[in-house]
Amino acid sequence: MTYPVSITVNGARRKHDVEARLLLVLYLRDTLGLTGTNVGCDTSQCGSCTVLMDGKAVKSCTVLAVQADGAKITTIEGLAVDGKLHPLQDAFWEKHGLQCGFCTPGMILTACNLLEKNPRPSEAEIRHGLEGNLCRCTGYQNIVAAVKEAATRMAKA
Amino acid sequence: MYSSSFQYFRPKTVAEASQLLKKHKDARVLAGGHSLLPAMKFRLANPMALVDIGAIKRLAGIKAQGKALWIGATTTHAEIAASGLVRKSCPVLAETAAQIGDIQVRNRGTIGGSAAHADPAADFPTVLIALGATFVAKGPKGERKIAADKFFLDLFTTALKPGEILTAILVPSYGKGSGGSYQKHPHPASRYAVAGVAAVVEVKDGKIARASLVVGGTTPNPVRAATAEAALSGQKPDAASIAAAAGKVAGAIEDPLSDHYASGEFRVHLATVMAKRALTAAAERARG
Amino acid sequence: MASRIFGSAIKRREDPRLITGQAKYTDDFVLPGMAYLTVVRSPYAHAKVLRLRTKKAAAMDGVLGVFTGQQMKDAGFGAIPCAWVVPGSDTKTPAYPPIAIDTVRYAGNAVAIVVARDRYLARDAADAVEVDYEPLPHVADAEKATQKGQPQLHAEAPNNVCFHWKVSGGDVDAAFKAADVVVKERILNQRLIPNAIEPRAALAQYSSAMNEVTLWVTSQNPHIVRFLLSLDTGIPEQKIRVIAPEVGGGFGSKIPHYPEDSMVIFASKMCGVPVKWTETRSENYRATIHGRDHIQDVEMAAKKDGTILALRAKVWANLGAYLSTASTGIPTILHGLMLSGAYDIKNIHEDVYGVFTNTTPTDAYRGAGRPEATFMVERLVELVARKLKMDPADIRKKNFIPPFTDGHTVATGLTYDSGNYIAAFEKALKMLDYAGLRKKQADLRKKGEHIGIGFCTYAEICGLGPSQVAGAVGFGGGLWESAIVRFHPSGKVNVMVGISPHGQGEETTFAQIVASELGVSVDDVEVTHGDTARTPMGWGSYGSRSTPVGSGALMGAIVKIREKSKVVTAHLLEAAVEDIEYDDGKFFVKGSPSKFKTIQDVALMANVAWNYPKGLEPGLEASAFFDPPNFVYPFGAHIAVVRVDTETGEIKLERYVAVDDCGRVINPMIVNGQIHGGVVQGVGQALWEGAAYDESGQLLTGSMMDYALPKAEDFPNLELGMTETPTNVNPLGVKGIGETGTIASTPAVYNAVMDALAPFGVGKLDMPLTPEKVWRALQGARR
Repeated sequence: MTYPVSITVNGARRKHDVEARLLLVLYLRDTLGLTGTNVGCDTSQCGSCTVLMDGKAVKSCTVLAVQADGAKITTIEGLAVDGKLHPLQDAFWEKHGLQCGFCTPGMILTACNLLEKNPRPSEAEIRHGLEGNLCRCTGYQNIVAAVKEAATRMAKA
Repeated sequence: MYSSSFQYFRPKTVAEASQLLKKHKDARVLAGGHSLLPAMKFRLANPMALVDIGAIKRLAGIKAQGKALWIGATTTHAEIAASGLVRKSCPVLAETAAQIGDIQVRNRGTIGGSAAHADPAADFPTVLIALGATFVAKGPKGERKIAADKFFLDLFTTALKPGEILTAILVPSYGKGSGGSYQKHPHPASRYAVAGVAAVVEVKDGKIARASLVVGGTTPNPVRAATAEAALSGQKPDAASIAAAAGKVAGAIEDPLSDHYASGEFRVHLATVMAKRALTAAAERARG
Repeated sequence: MASRIFGSAIKRREDPRLITGQAKYTDDFVLPGMAYLTVVRSPYAHAKVLRLRTKKAAAMDGVLGVFTGQQMKDAGFGAIPCAWVVPGSDTKTPAYPPIAIDTVRYAGNAVAIVVARDRYLARDAADAVEVDYEPLPHVADAEKATQKGQPQLHAEAPNNVCFHWKVSGGDVDAAFKAADVVVKERILNQRLIPNAIEPRAALAQYSSAMNEVTLWVTSQNPHIVRFLLSLDTGIPEQKIRVIAPEVGGGFGSKIPHYPEDSMVIFASKMCGVPVKWTETRSENYRATIHGRDHIQDVEMAAKKDGTILALRAKVWANLGAYLSTASTGIPTILHGLMLSGAYDIKNIHEDVYGVFTNTTPTDAYRGAGRPEATFMVERLVELVARKLKMDPADIRKKNFIPPFTDGHTVATGLTYDSGNYIAAFEKALKMLDYAGLRKKQADLRKKGEHIGIGFCTYAEICGLGPSQVAGAVGFGGGLWESAIVRFHPSGKVNVMVGISPHGQGEETTFAQIVASELGVSVDDVEVTHGDTARTPMGWGSYGSRSTPVGSGALMGAIVKIREKSKVVTAHLLEAAVEDIEYDDGKFFVKGSPSKFKTIQDVALMANVAWNYPKGLEPGLEASAFFDPPNFVYPFGAHIAVVRVDTETGEIKLERYVAVDDCGRVINPMIVNGQIHGGVVQGVGQALWEGAAYDESGQLLTGSMMDYALPKAEDFPNLELGMTETPTNVNPLGVKGIGETGTIASTPAVYNAVMDALAPFGVGKLDMPLTPEKVWRALQGARR
């Protein structure tokens, strides 16, 4: 049995009939082919699958596609505007905030939400704000530096 | 990762939801999904149908209702943590909400879902009992109110009857002269409470007029440390009386939970330390 | 230009695709008609498989097939080969069938596979496969497994002993007799789960008409996987293409050739469609290799003045239920030979027993063998210092191998390349303000606050390695590297390499090398890796070898390009080849640098070959192989400062100072990134991580809910310093830096906690140092 969903993904309205059990992350990856959102765990711990749902960071492995019916979703693919990188993307690049890159989309989208709530976070606030995102490569230090750098740039803009 | 098949319903009203639950005996209520979906992904829960109450507008929001706060069941942890109303009239609830999970979990997880799931390691049940909250449930036979002390019955078991939906939680507010605090030792992996203690203290004329102390994480449901509460009554809110009261917390914990990370004995110890810290912070806030 | 690009912290060239979501990891690939594979795994740690009923599952909607181990065997798919058999150790190599046929030997062992149209249907059908098991007694502890009366895993390995390996140097017994002090310790270097954030995945597309296959797989070494697949699938090596696309971290866990690689190929062959398998995280915890898991009985002998005389150890290394690709080499060659550490220990003896148990197979995990050696040495040095009431900094200084630039041979027979251990340590102590911190510690103790300072001064072996040594120690492959440098008519460059980085950034550092050595813009260089059809044979990325060995090959190709360019330039400038010199992208006649040809001029002419030397091959492309004469031995000093909450037993890392020496540095930003990640991973072992089995042989830490990984808020900013002691093992003087952080940080943090707890008389705790263990120790001390 399938259910119709209409979800605005990165600005484009998408309509599909999906099984109720289809997770939002698999809808994005398998149905829409937006593979920038990654799956790193099955217990809502790693945060690799984080996307913005109506502007808020959510773990798309713990949301059903049917629950997202009518919502606006932003994935990593939709973050750059007119080919111009988002300040967070730029800062992650600049500060070496990634190595293998697998956790990066989730990190960046979580940081988006973090900076929206707190535009000038302290280093401790950034570290705390990333508690739902695991990275096994970077040791986090450069991720924290990148978020801080992005905050500075966004404040100037 | 891949749950079994199920039917999905997204009612617009509580009555409709109630009907659906009545019709589909094996249905489960889906709110934020942050307790239920993980269990379904492991096929530990395999409901035949989900009734998603996320679209029922009347179930969301926070408003003042006399001396209490009315908090809709589908209000998210993030909304509670950020609510000016909660921070003003029941700050310990906002403080607790901010300690649940992580940003993403708080954006989806709901207070009603957390309460109805009755996970022993959840944070909200502990603080809701300490605050003396009231749970509002609607079912085929109408609406009823359940005191927090009577709501949590056992591991993952509440007083909700089949077909009943938790619609709101009424949380008494407190003001000047009272203070609250929630202190927890989070599991290093899951960030759930290994031991979490909520304290609400009312100080009058330099003495503790009333203390509420509830311990979560150590037993199937949170327990009230009644002896410790009694010991505080009429005492000065100082380190000595707090330490003495905290020392009585262990007595309230029967047959503590135990796992690979923390034994029952250690959980009891953590509860004692968290109780001391929570009481200290609460007393300090009560003094203003 | 050379001086500017080499050594500069330029931004990574691989990042644009990674920060925009355009990178393609294995699970991102979708092929027409593709089906999904799910593995049915044993819930038992040890059991006989009595009966498998697959009919119901096979009849389900969307199911393409359900297959057993016997069917796979009948189709000609053989056992998974072990690629490392250590000589002189009487190693037993029992068969490792990709799908168990009659016996399962660990919880998670595959018993059947299901292929279906989508991920959900595959899982539905997997649940419908019925298996009757007869549970057998099981054993998870390596020491216990060797004792009488324990369950036996493999008939060919009595008492579950896979091998007994020894290393000896000097006269250990005499040294112990002559010692003033002897310290002993039993160390449990606990089992760890690697946790690359990308779970494993494999996608196979088999062509029956051609008997050829393309396999996309999460691998650190696609060429090795291809070689091993040619041994166990029956498909000849030239018909196998292995692609490691974007790979989301490995840390050793993506070295092995896994059963699932064979399963997807077999399934693609049977079902006639491409087949993909993607691990779930909880499945990863059972089906992907674990690391460490040593039980070590160690003793150290020393003189009164702190001079270390000897080290003796007996180790039970838990290999798990089967031999993974490199598993036997880890607790032997990469562990036992490194027991001298950074010290001049003249007498060393170790016995290592490799043991089969009913647990997930173990293999290389970041550091692989060296962390288990370094922890042992660093812990025992600490105990000697404590016994002699020496400052732990002083005992290290006393025993360091003095600075050397051209080789130093240690008791285990290895010859370290270059080192200046005291310099790195002094620098770290200065960065820390050691004396000041000791004073602060004393003051805090008076106030009832407890901080601890812990050291690890290490030397490690990496840059694997000379192929003759690899062969001599039983590794089933070579350990050289390869590179092709190809100039196009436009002067742009493609570089193809045999290494297979998965986050380490060689697309950038190798472009920096080409840019600095050939005078092209770094933006004009594209580095390709990870595809057996597009890159030359190479042995992959692990053992911190990509840069030290891979850059040697790259430099070989660069030198060839320069030599050929000189011939072309000589022709164009009508000069003698011997008179042509190269500097900064220009070829010119000695003494007249204004008359020159750029590398781009040469590239154009070589590619069009219009005005060209007679007899010279057209084109500007060179291929080179590099087999290093020795391993490289990076070193350094790490210092951790921790605070212990004596009420709850919680430990907070307050400061972390690390001075590492990896020879010449190509890109300091990337080097620092490797150290950051390594340190945090090693701290994970000290404080949080540890895989544990319950009495029924089930993994207690079976998901990310239970197995605690380091998080951002657990750390302060690390304070890094550097010294640069080049090696003469490779042309650029570079050493590996991928694993040093992990090797050093575990003992540094452990020693710091023990230092903090010293006033309470706490001398030993098992890792991870969880609050409860610390609290219990303090309780004991207070009683």
